[in-house]
Amino acid sequence: MSSYRLPNLGLVSRDTPVSFTFDGKPMQGLQGDTLASALLANGRMLVGRSFKYHRPRGILTAGAAEPNALVTIGHGGRTEPNTRATMQELYEGLEAQSQNRWPSLDFDLGALNGILSPFLGAGFYYKTFMWPAPLWEKLYEPIIRKAAGLGKASYEADPDAYEKSWAHCDLLVIGAGPTGLAAALTAGRAGARVILLDEGSLPGGSLLFETAMIDGKAAAQFARDTSDELRSMPNVRFMMRTTAFGWYDGNVFGAVERVQKHVREPVPSLPVERLWRIATKKALLASGAEERPLVFGGNDRPGVMMASAMRAYLNRYGVAPGRATAIFTTNDSGYTLARDLEAAGVDVAAIVDSRPAAGVDYRGKARLIREAVVCGVTGRKAISAIEVHRGDRTESIAVDALAMAGGFDPIIHLACHRGGRPVWSAEKTAFLAPGSLNGLEVAGGAAATSGLAACLGEGIAQAQAALEGVGLRCPPMDLPKVEGDDAAYSSNPLWSIPGVKDKAFIDFQNDVHLKDIGLAVREGYGHVELAKRYTTTGMATDQGKLSNVNAIGLIAKARGVSPAEVGTTTFRPFYTPVSFGALTGAHAGHHFQPVRKSPLHDWAKKHGAVFVETGLWYRSAWFPKSGERSWRESVEREVLNVRKNAGLCDVSMLGKIELSGSDAAEFLNRVYCNAFLKLPVGKARYGLMLREDGFIYDDGTTSRLAENRFFMTTTTAYAAGVMNHLEFCAQVLWPELDVRLASVTDQWAQMAVAGPKARMILQKIVDDDISDAAFPFLAAKEVSLFGGALHGCLFRISFSGELAYEIAVPAGYGESVADALLDAGKDHGIMPYGVETLSVLRIEKGHVTHNEINGTVVPADLGFGKMVSATKLDFIGKAMLQREGLAASGRPQLVGVVPIDPKHSFRSGSHILAKGAEATLENDEGYVTSSAYSPHVGSTIALALVHNGQSRHGEEVLVWSGLHGESTPARLCHPVFFDPQNERLHV
Amino acid sequence: MASLVPCPNCGRRPKEEFTIKGAALSRPGADADSENWFDYVYLRDNPRGAYEEYWHHTSGCRRWLVVMRDTLTHEVAACRDATDGSRSERRK
Amino acid sequence: MRYSALSILLNGLRGNRNWTPAWRQPDPKPHYDVIIVGGGGHGLATAYYLAKEFGVTNVAVLEKNYVGSGNVGRNTTIIRSNYLLPGNNPFYELSMQLWEGLEQDFNFNAMVSQRGVLNLYHSDAQRDAYTRRGNAMRLHGVDAELLDRAAVRRMLPFLDFDNARFPIQGGLLQRRGGTVRHDAVAWGYARGADSRGVDIIQNCEVTGIRREDGRVTGVETSRGFIGCGKLALAAAGNSSKVAELAGLRLPIESHVLQAFVSEGLKPFIDGVVTFGAGHFYVSQSDKGGLVFGGDLDGYNSYAQRGNLATVEHVAEAGKAMIPALSRVRVLRSWGGIMDMSMDGSPIIDRTPIDNLYLNAGWCYGGFKATPASGFCFAHLLARGAPQKTAAAFRLDRFERGYLLDEKGQGAQPNLH
Repeated sequence: MSSYRLPNLGLVSRDTPVSFTFDGKPMQGLQGDTLASALLANGRMLVGRSFKYHRPRGILTAGAAEPNALVTIGHGGRTEPNTRATMQELYEGLEAQSQNRWPSLDFDLGALNGILSPFLGAGFYYKTFMWPAPLWEKLYEPIIRKAAGLGKASYEADPDAYEKSWAHCDLLVIGAGPTGLAAALTAGRAGARVILLDEGSLPGGSLLFETAMIDGKAAAQFARDTSDELRSMPNVRFMMRTTAFGWYDGNVFGAVERVQKHVREPVPSLPVERLWRIATKKALLASGAEERPLVFGGNDRPGVMMASAMRAYLNRYGVAPGRATAIFTTNDSGYTLARDLEAAGVDVAAIVDSRPAAGVDYRGKARLIREAVVCGVTGRKAISAIEVHRGDRTESIAVDALAMAGGFDPIIHLACHRGGRPVWSAEKTAFLAPGSLNGLEVAGGAAATSGLAACLGEGIAQAQAALEGVGLRCPPMDLPKVEGDDAAYSSNPLWSIPGVKDKAFIDFQNDVHLKDIGLAVREGYGHVELAKRYTTTGMATDQGKLSNVNAIGLIAKARGVSPAEVGTTTFRPFYTPVSFGALTGAHAGHHFQPVRKSPLHDWAKKHGAVFVETGLWYRSAWFPKSGERSWRESVEREVLNVRKNAGLCDVSMLGKIELSGSDAAEFLNRVYCNAFLKLPVGKARYGLMLREDGFIYDDGTTSRLAENRFFMTTTTAYAAGVMNHLEFCAQVLWPELDVRLASVTDQWAQMAVAGPKARMILQKIVDDDISDAAFPFLAAKEVSLFGGALHGCLFRISFSGELAYEIAVPAGYGESVADALLDAGKDHGIMPYGVETLSVLRIEKGHVTHNEINGTVVPADLGFGKMVSATKLDFIGKAMLQREGLAASGRPQLVGVVPIDPKHSFRSGSHILAKGAEATLENDEGYVTSSAYSPHVGSTIALALVHNGQSRHGEEVLVWSGLHGESTPARLCHPVFFDPQNERLHV
Repeated sequence: MASLVPCPNCGRRPKEEFTIKGAALSRPGADADSENWFDYVYLRDNPRGAYEEYWHHTSGCRRWLVVMRDTLTHEVAACRDATDGSRSERRK
Repeated sequence: MRYSALSILLNGLRGNRNWTPAWRQPDPKPHYDVIIVGGGGHGLATAYYLAKEFGVTNVAVLEKNYVGSGNVGRNTTIIRSNYLLPGNNPFYELSMQLWEGLEQDFNFNAMVSQRGVLNLYHSDAQRDAYTRRGNAMRLHGVDAELLDRAAVRRMLPFLDFDNARFPIQGGLLQRRGGTVRHDAVAWGYARGADSRGVDIIQNCEVTGIRREDGRVTGVETSRGFIGCGKLALAAAGNSSKVAELAGLRLPIESHVLQAFVSEGLKPFIDGVVTFGAGHFYVSQSDKGGLVFGGDLDGYNSYAQRGNLATVEHVAEAGKAMIPALSRVRVLRSWGGIMDMSMDGSPIIDRTPIDNLYLNAGWCYGGFKATPASGFCFAHLLARGAPQKTAAAFRLDRFERGYLLDEKGQGAQPNLH
């Protein structure tokens, strides 16, 4: 089978055969092959189908720009669609499937589109499928979507690991070709911290297929020796299989390292890909150049290949592209290929040169046809002949492979990621990187430098300049001696080719051909961006690597201007596509976000808690007992028990901030809208914090533990935000105040002990007297516990409306103290309760949370109008709170809602309509913010924000949830359903 | 924006460690009129070019910083602790 | 030239040589009744509706670059009308209704595709918030359905239901939501406006606003002075810069929002899905690419490019929602400059300066609003009074305290 493999040529390992399959057919390649070279060696020319016309396609390149040879590899969760066969290293057992064909690659019904192509030109779909309108979603679009896409993604999760890393260096060299190797060696020997990376599997770039001698060694040997030296340097990090995909602000490069994409079974201890963020002082882009295709009829047929790719398959992989080849060239590089082919014993039938004379003296056997072009090919799934057009004559020459050498375009993608625009050089007839890039230089082929010696020299010089720029001295470097290099070239672009009849492709994958560009210009889409968007040229997976410059040249020609005037579209990251897996790293599945656990988490677990995600926290939601059939049953039991006996609830996740300093009271007075200056030592106070725009930001209690020391609690959700805000106030707004802030959320385990029996239970572990007289409602102080064995903070505050305390103890003691409390309260009926019960209790008491503090309410809306200090000179939000709209009639105000029939219930998020009003937006009176079943009231109860609600208590309304088809007669009422006189707080 | 922000306390640190608040404006005095307050809370120069803004080194020193940055090139020209040195001139 | 299957057939048979430009390239006239600054979606739609619905045809659209070079050509193509507040909801529903008849109206297939928009929820609190939102939609007659976990699973079996950090509980679905081929919207409006006599002038940057006796009389441009009766600014992303030419400061900041597209895949995501436990939303285009995005980068910027950290955050959320995305490759990322208003809602209003009108502050909701924005702005320009669904988009609402804050984040543009 491997009859296209040539003996004794290339860097593949002859004695290590590798088995793989393509579309289920077993094949064999060699160690060192890419999937593409192995397919070629097996004589497989047809490997894919194009997007629109389903044209048969072969292998066009030997690198990252490949638009045609895309396959799906792997299976299950390791399925990888759209993998470039030219970049995929062959490994034992690799399974590759062709894409976008039905029923098979060889016989694809989609190819019928090609026949209809006169009607499927650029943008045809914008002009049709409009009548009748409903048929778009029902008929037209489903057909289009059926045809969309290339490979098929898996539905399964990826079993493999990914990770991310940072790296820092003095000089980052991108590309380990001749330029990059020379630069890295120069900087490495100078002692600089160097990172050298390359997307390939072997260092050397073009040296891997170059025939020149460097310092008396074969080019590939020179690459190997240089790499060995670099690898031996401790100051050099050499990363192969690593693609720099983006250049970001601050001279940070994104790169992805394919750690285990070339192995059959990844080792679980290593990632398959690693994302690098490389922060460098200087960077050198030595990414080389991309060969430009020639736009002739049938230039997409299997068997037509870029000349440099053909040379790579020949010299690096030892694969002949065919039995009889031809070369269509616009520059001298075609002759180098001819010489190599002939040296390897491959017949070259013709060299078709568009120029009158070549710059090299060719003495091979091939027939030389000057001032001629290839205008077409014969053959569909493989070419059998080329049509050569010279003067006004066309002749056919039988070949099975054709190389096209249309000149080179520098690969400057990365250099344009930060806003710089490529510049057309009339001298080099190519787009070059923009000048004066901050921290990045371009060298070698990427700077349109041609010739090995020149590239090596430029690598050395640029490395020296870069190191000088960061204050490092470079020892002098000798320029390696190059012999036999005939890669130097100059070329005039050949945009359009006479005599073309068949489709001449510009963007291969997206099937954009010559006529599409003409049509776009004719219809007024001649701006390069509009042409791209109208024809889709450059929008395929190769991002126009091969097509953009030809498209620009042809637009320029159609518009009668120079390519400089047309300009380019914008280069955007990524240089080549990057997987979600690599970008995600370890943050996958359950590790998407970190987990925060309360110090009482294990205690709650021990007592059978059901947990619920609340932000990053897991909170205990309820504590089911055996025999309870639903969460409602458990919650009802917990609620009743708190009201009758006592309950213990973990409130450790509340934000806790300690404030100290001689101005701490003044500081609090400015950040809360209510007064704090005169809060007595040993007292807690409910505080309302506004944003500067006057709306409520957060609430919580703050206690004065000593003259200059306060303990603040925030809501769980806003703990971090409040801390940032307070730091802003302290550092930026009022740096003159003596106040220090410490977030102590994680330092304390805090529990609420609530219920009529709370005091007697607590008194068993608290040494201090906590009788109502000694420790009344809103008292707060540090207390001694367990006969002085432990100290904590005790606050007599209540969210439940019961006699209640919150006790904070050092986090590590949380579990023991909680157990001690359960033990102390055993005879009093204490039970743990969770956030569900907490929620019922607080709704019964009309206490608000962020359900009500929704970012659009002011204190008066929630009945806190009187809390807002009228006397304080200044506090956050004071000025903006005065605005007309924040005090206007019709604002939403907090009310209670109960169903008229207690058997009825309704849910949060329902809207309120006046009785008898039609369900329209104009009649929308507000909405239910929180609701629960109240065992105390014996029905559903709710809090709601209703227009002018405070003056509407007693009004009959409709609670409406159209989403559920529910409409419940209800009554607005006072928002406190339980103990409105607060008698239970003060017992 | 700068992938690395030169924190005066911590050195060059990844942007992810910071929280951005926005324009570094001076808060009006308590006696300022409503127009001044409206201006401070709502109106922005939103320049194309040099811009001073408040950044918080949330996962670092927890200091509020004034970052001088270019909104077009994203270059950071300076970064200082908000408490240090002179504050930007109060808007009239 | 009218577009139809027949015109494609006839032209195809004649070698497609007879297609004519979709719009003219006129030189500017010395004076127009209305000059619209900004040849993006909103500016072109305004011109179109001015001509078509209000009979105002002596109109120029001035575009500093090419037609559709702003955010209309760099968004994630989503349309929906799932808004909460009474000041917003009817406007976006008007927009949805205009989308529904748009292609027949302007004879250009912009591929308005109502394949649904699903917002996932992961907690009781999120469910309640979506219940509130869905009911607000229903009250205005907008379609909305609240799905439970099983129903979401039937629709999108490949979401992470089993190993998620924040398990999916359900979702709010608007079936009439969907996507539109964004560039085609600009082109369709441009062609429609042009055919009704509007001059679309590309490569024409406004460099000054001329005022006489306190009223605007015209604009200085890179192609000379052009006089006008009314001057309408529709330059979202650059609103502050353009308004500055008239001495106005706006309650707006410019922020960068990134968007992404993956390699082409055989379609498996039918509608739009948004994640509720992180910043991620995704749809799949008719070409097969997954089009997705996340949150703002968070800082003021006029550079149309973002930061790698944000890219990573978006990808993390994406893989958390759909684990099978892991080996799917992201092709391209780009950035658009958002006009972030201080309350997250737009402005369509006259300004304190006579003859100067403002359409701005679209945050990242501008694309879906394009038809209604154009229609309501045209209404304001032609009739002198706001269209009723856009009456809340007043410029003075910040000063007076009548904010339209869907997210309740306050005057913090990077959080909207």
